[in-house]
Amino acid sequence: MLTAKNITYSIGNSKLLDDVSVSFLPGKLNLVIGPNGAGKSTLIKVLSGQIKPQTGNVNIGGLDIASISLTEAAKVRSVLSQNIELAFPLKVSEVVMMGRYPHFTGAPTAKDDTAVEEAMHFFDIHAFAARDYMTLSGGEQQRVHFARVAAQIWYPVQNSCRYLILDEPLTFLDVRYQFEFMHKITALLQNADMLVVGVVHDLNLAAKFADIITLLHGGRILATGPRDEVLTTENIKTAYGLEPVIHRNENSMYLFFE
Amino acid sequence: MPQQNNLYKVIFPALITLLVVALLLSIRYGAVSLSMDEVLSSIQKLFAPTDEKTLNERIFTEIRLPRALLCVLVGASLAVGGGLMQALFRNPIVEPGLVGTSSGAAFGATLYFVLGATLKFNAGQWTLPLAAGLGAVLSTSMVFLLSKSSSNGRSSIVALLLTGLGVNALFMSGVGFMSYIARDPQARSITFWSLGNLSGANWESVEIVGVATLVCIIAAMRYAKQLNALMLGEDEAQLLGVSVKRLKMVVLLINVIMIATATAFVGIIGFIGLIVPHIFRILCGSDNRKLIPASALLGAILLTLADLLARMLLSPAELPIGIVTSVVGVPVFIFLLRRKNYLF
Repeated sequence: MLTAKNITYSIGNSKLLDDVSVSFLPGKLNLVIGPNGAGKSTLIKVLSGQIKPQTGNVNIGGLDIASISLTEAAKVRSVLSQNIELAFPLKVSEVVMMGRYPHFTGAPTAKDDTAVEEAMHFFDIHAFAARDYMTLSGGEQQRVHFARVAAQIWYPVQNSCRYLILDEPLTFLDVRYQFEFMHKITALLQNADMLVVGVVHDLNLAAKFADIITLLHGGRILATGPRDEVLTTENIKTAYGLEPVIHRNENSMYLFFE
Repeated sequence: MPQQNNLYKVIFPALITLLVVALLLSIRYGAVSLSMDEVLSSIQKLFAPTDEKTLNERIFTEIRLPRALLCVLVGASLAVGGGLMQALFRNPIVEPGLVGTSSGAAFGATLYFVLGATLKFNAGQWTLPLAAGLGAVLSTSMVFLLSKSSSNGRSSIVALLLTGLGVNALFMSGVGFMSYIARDPQARSITFWSLGNLSGANWESVEIVGVATLVCIIAAMRYAKQLNALMLGEDEAQLLGVSVKRLKMVVLLINVIMIATATAFVGIIGFIGLIVPHIFRILCGSDNRKLIPASALLGAILLTLADLLARMLLSPAELPIGIVTSVVGVPVFIFLLRRKNYLF
């Protein structure tokens, strides 16, 4: 379980997160949505331990995240950030292998090699494993990083969940790969020890795939729960300032704006 | 590319062979040529008393061998320093002297050349290396102190880079001023020193530079994997378990020790530190675990050959080695850049 309790984070006089408390469960797809500036990326950085909030704490599997060493944290938790630029040319397989860095010293073990192979197959990038990362398109590069963060937590860990934190993973992807990626994350969640928290912009993708949606607005949580409780006309209007038209079928719903 | 994989396998044996060849050439040729027999007999008598040696055997033991070894050590230092700093700053155009090290050394050396006689500071053959070394420590400490942010006491990479540029400019203007007030022979000494000079090589300098170089390269190897992770950015490296703050401190320290020591003994030799890591990256990719040892070998080879040329081209006079490294290094570098798709 991943829990944030009474998190407040401010820069200067502006509170980016204002007394936010939220829990995420393993085996469920937890998606965070909200308008620009709502505090989504800040929440992700607090949850991954990249920034320390002024008040409150993050609890990861029963431990305060501030008390876990960088290496220990890196063995159970991987984070996909936005806008990663590689400083020097590397082969795709070398980039994916970086995900295994927390697990070995010196040379990678056979287990690390297997994780990299399997992660590259899983995200369909095996065909360009030997290519220079710099020659790939934006979407292909994004998939390389999917494989990298997946390889980082490829094997179950004793006495701990595995935590996958995704900050806007769908940028650069076309519709087909957006759907493929969401299906793959759902497949990863078949592992009961896998805990996924992701930020997405597309409300319809969130409606289709999320088990639990958390809607942020102005640094506070406006609503959290199953989609029918969160994606209401009133909530969307408050958060985005636009009135949605919501269509519901038997098992699906979609929103559009006029 | 499978071609790159094959290259990985042959590159280390090839570099080691090349280094042996370069060493042999550099030891045999110069103002006096030594035959292979003389080289072999000199090696057998390496530790024999001086009066049992022929003149050529003494040239081998007292001049050629220490000079060739100093070339190897300095070349390795410069190339590894360049590779480390490029990796740390995530920037391809960084030179090992960037954090003020070589300009500070130049300033110290210049002070010695111009004021040495007046100041009565004299430590025999160690005076110049000491002056240059102290200058390097002074300028590098300035860069570290001035780049610390007043709010959190940490040096960001960009602050280090810019402060380094500023402090370099400051110390180089000091060098400029000292050259301006220097008399002709002093000014010539300054010019020669700032183009690199290995003619002072002896066994003491080999020992000191040798210890610094070996310790630093071995230490650097331990951080190669962390420097790889840094290619993704500071935040990403941190998420992969790397303490970036510690990495920065250690790598900068390694670089400063290595470059300050080498520069103190041989002056400023440009370009090796910039291009050698790139030559390896173009041929074999950027993995620092291979880049660091391969750069050490490649830097050693290039500097040894450059020194041979510097001694041979205008024999019996000697060209400053810095001129040779640039004249030979630049065309090779540009050729490789144009041949391969080296994408950034």
